[in-house]
Amino acid sequence: MDDLYREVIIEHYKNPSYRGKLDPHDISFADNNPLCGDHIQIDLRVDDGKVSEARFDGHGCAISQASADLLVESVIGKSLEDVKKMNRQDILDLLGIELGPVRLKCALLSLKVLKAGVYGLGEASDALVE
Amino acid sequence: MSLDVSRIRQDFPILNREVRPGVKVVYLDSTATSQKPLSVIEAMNDFYRRSNANIHRGVHVLAEESTAMYEQAREKIAKFINAPSARQVIYTRNTTESINLVAYTWARANLKRGDLVILTEMEHHSNLVPWHMLAAERGIQLEFIPVTDDGLLDLGTYKSLLARTPKLVSFTHMSNVLGTINPAADIIRRAHDAGAVTVLDAAQSVPHLKVDVQQLDVDFMAFSAHKMLGPTGIGALYGKTALLEAMPPFLGGGDMIKEVKLRSFRPNELPYKFEAGTPAIAEAVGFGAAVDYLNSIGMETIAAHEHEITEYALERLEEIPGLKVFGPTADKKGGVASFTFDGVHPHDVAQILDQDGIAIRAGHHCAQPLHEKFGIPATSRASFYLYSTKDEVDKLIEGIYKVKKVFG
Repeated sequence: MDDLYREVIIEHYKNPSYRGKLDPHDISFADNNPLCGDHIQIDLRVDDGKVSEARFDGHGCAISQASADLLVESVIGKSLEDVKKMNRQDILDLLGIELGPVRLKCALLSLKVLKAGVYGLGEASDALVE
Repeated sequence: MSLDVSRIRQDFPILNREVRPGVKVVYLDSTATSQKPLSVIEAMNDFYRRSNANIHRGVHVLAEESTAMYEQAREKIAKFINAPSARQVIYTRNTTESINLVAYTWARANLKRGDLVILTEMEHHSNLVPWHMLAAERGIQLEFIPVTDDGLLDLGTYKSLLARTPKLVSFTHMSNVLGTINPAADIIRRAHDAGAVTVLDAAQSVPHLKVDVQQLDVDFMAFSAHKMLGPTGIGALYGKTALLEAMPPFLGGGDMIKEVKLRSFRPNELPYKFEAGTPAIAEAVGFGAAVDYLNSIGMETIAAHEHEITEYALERLEEIPGLKVFGPTADKKGGVASFTFDGVHPHDVAQILDQDGIAIRAGHHCAQPLHEKFGIPATSRASFYLYSTKDEVDKLIEGIYKVKKVFG
């Protein structure tokens, strides 16, 4: 538990730096984790193929919200091509914890939303974060 | 008669399990599925070691033995719910399949566009989605008995819905989230007065209360073995004989037929008409053993024990600042306590409790519309059964204080 609820995760959950919406934005996508009702929306502004500004909004468990905050922080300045290459390991590295299969879904929701938005998909699928 | 919990716990090997070194499981998730006593595990084990064969038609010893065991279990189950005849107990996979059986056979033969079906806002998805599917296919109308803020059905609104002459009223006997025990006999009587057929989702009531289908006068009743100390993969549908006989069959295949020609078939008699293909035979035997076990303790004794634990749990939970329990007071509910805590997401609550071996459930518990009604995405749910103890409730309370510490 001390691992799972590391201070950094509780901190990002309680005091996220990137919570909010961007208006106008170039990319916006939202999805739910039906299992626990986590909801994440991510808005991006894109300049010259690179993420210039990013925010997330939503509600859910500490893992889903902290991972969204960490993810959004990490993609600012990244090219969309690099964002497309991100996978589950990048999220686990950001969180710095090991997760069981159920909580992994919470952690990966933000990446799924981000990639579905960047790819311009109609619907987010688990295949995006495998 | 009070129940000897420590003796009962010896019958459930899993309750001795350490989920982490030195950490014993505190199982507070019986509403999702119950644990199994040794007698159930051994009945199924013995069946495979001694008797296993396919049932019906076989003339060898093993087939005859297996058939007898399968049918004896049906008789035990029928007696347990006071069904007039074992022919009225149809084996299914679970409560969900039992409700779907009614939706696919009785409802498709009897409901047409515009017909009204009454459900409630506290239904499990298994008593919502089959009717959504039928509404999309047939254009039937759905109306819902509202849930009040204290977790009870608004029977005044039910009365006015009945004036619209519904064809069917399908509702849960005990809410799997709120624990509310609904006044089933009264709801059924009023439905009958309005000319409607009734379906009772008894998944949570049959395991915990004495349920008598004749006293309730219910037309169909669905329940699952795995929530009442039996195995997964088997459940039952009870139905009134006249209704079952008039209904078309459900799945087609072996065993559900009397005669098959190349281009036609004649369905078998009850209950086999609704049991196509090789059924869950060992599971039926386990189901029967579970009924034996419950009878050996007595449903009144079990209900009284659960009431005592639930009352204690609600009292202790309500002491905790920032914790809100949903549903009615202990006298109107079964052994379920669903709660929210101080803005901490239920998944985080459940995860932290798991570190101390405390198994609760977090989420919408397959009742999303009910959670929406209360304006919350999810709850944490602790639930109790005949093997639950006050000591386990104390561990739950300690665990919740730990959650508070982690989230500061």
